[in-house]
Amino acid sequence: MEGIEEILGRHPFFAGFAAEHGRLVAGCARNQRFAAGEYLFREGDPADAFFLIRHGRVALELVEPGRPPVAFATLGEGEIVGASWLLPPYRWRFAARAVELTRAIGIDAACLRGKCEADHHLGYEMMKRFLPILVERLQATRLQILDVYGKR
Amino acid sequence: MPVALADPFLPQPYRVERRRRELAGTVTLELAPLAGACPAFAPGQFNMLYAFGVGEAAISLSGDPASRATFVHTVRHVGAVSGALAGLEPGATVGVRGPFGRGWPLAAAEGADVLVVAGGLGLAPLRPAIYAILARRERYGRVVILVGSRSPAEILYRRELERWRQRSDLEVRVTVDHADAGWRGHVGVVPALIPRADFDPQDTLALVCGPEVMMRFAANALLAAGIKAGRIHLSLERNMKCAIGLCGHCQFGPSFVCKDGPVMSLERIAEILAVPEI
Ligand SMILES: Cc1cc2nc3c(=O)[nH]c(=O)nc-3n(C[C@H](O)[C@H](O)[C@H](O)COP(=O)(O)OP(=O)(O)OC[C@H]3O[C@@H](n4cnc5c(N)ncnc54)[C@H](O)[C@@H]3O)c2cc1C
Ligand code: FES
Repeated sequence: MEGIEEILGRHPFFAGFAAEHGRLVAGCARNQRFAAGEYLFREGDPADAFFLIRHGRVALELVEPGRPPVAFATLGEGEIVGASWLLPPYRWRFAARAVELTRAIGIDAACLRGKCEADHHLGYEMMKRFLPILVERLQATRLQILDVYGKR
Repeated sequence: MPVALADPFLPQPYRVERRRRELAGTVTLELAPLAGACPAFAPGQFNMLYAFGVGEAAISLSGDPASRATFVHTVRHVGAVSGALAGLEPGATVGVRGPFGRGWPLAAAEGADVLVVAGGLGLAPLRPAIYAILARRERYGRVVILVGSRSPAEILYRRELERWRQRSDLEVRVTVDHADAGWRGHVGVVPALIPRADFDPQDTLALVCGPEVMMRFAANALLAAGIKAGRIHLSLERNMKCAIGLCGHCQFGPSFVCKDGPVMSLERIAEILAVPEI
């Protein structure tokens, strides 16, 4: 069976990552499986992990009291779920639910934060990978807020 | 015999043959000329539809270019004229001028991959291009259709999209801006689907239509994916009056949308569209 380090090495998120950094991250990683409908995490929970999706689809949801949850994004193979683990207070600002059977690599946030503090090269490589994702999602959010398909 | 357009200012009378409700406020009309057959049109062209006593609006052709019996138009009620058109019942008469404008450069797509990016009602002017491509499917490489909508209930031509999705020679992805748990498809904006789609950026023609902000975001995502600006084509909307390049109503920088467009390459319009990364 393929080890976690190899799986991480092939994941687009870690393209160009140094082998030594790959090993450090793999030390914090484990394979996880979520059935359709199962939550990876819920809003307000401690953000103690993030996920690299291997297969399947995950919906990010917000809940308004008294209403069904509203999905504002879905993520699939090769994508990353969760950035709240990067910043205090390390709590999820939304929920993530598997829409279909989803296999992911879960990365323990406290473990990785510790390693990033100890090795700033690793920390910088992680930041360089997260920042473009955050910028892209910010752009998408702007377009969503404009509600361009409505009557104007 | 096609009806000859002797005077491009003179609307020809057409009869509403069929009316189909697509979405709240949006209908598809099939119009047949009172005499003769419909003139031929190219995918991406539009007609000026005249609601008698109310006014005229530019409305894209959204049907199969191979069919000459009727003109098919999908109209969304946003104001007086579009509202009057959308309210027409079978049997009613409507004035038609057209077809006008430059359509999608489908000949330039032959031998290449085709990436169709549609937002909301923007799928209407792209549908004839999809029909034309499917009629000669073997002439094109991979064909990818990306569609964005506000919510699952507002997906235009949903059944047709589902049928296309069953085909093994098409990649169809539909995304909505938001959805409840009943929706099992993509959620997110349509430009976000571009990096996930399967096409060869060196040899792809992109056809884009939707609200202008959406097209701007899509154009940036297409450039980021490696498609050259000259291979990205957008269909623009500007208010029109004459539709034949005389009145200047539809001016867009140095171009007239009615005559030089509505389909224009990003290379030509990036600056005016304010797409900076070119
Ligand atoms: C080349 C071209 C092709 C077009 N194809 C189609 C088509 O296939 N189907 C279709 O329904 N429309 C299409 N349109 C748009 C259509 O021409 C306008 O919606 C129509 O002219 C509006 O006239 P109105 O009198 O109904 O509304 P107006 O009184 O002119 O406008 C009413 C309100 O609607 C807003 N509005 C106007 N146009 C739009 C729009 N396009 N989208 C959102 N809000 C708008 C205005 O800002 C205003 O607030 C096309 C336009 C062009 C230039
Ligand atoms: S509408 Fe008159 S010039 Fe284009």
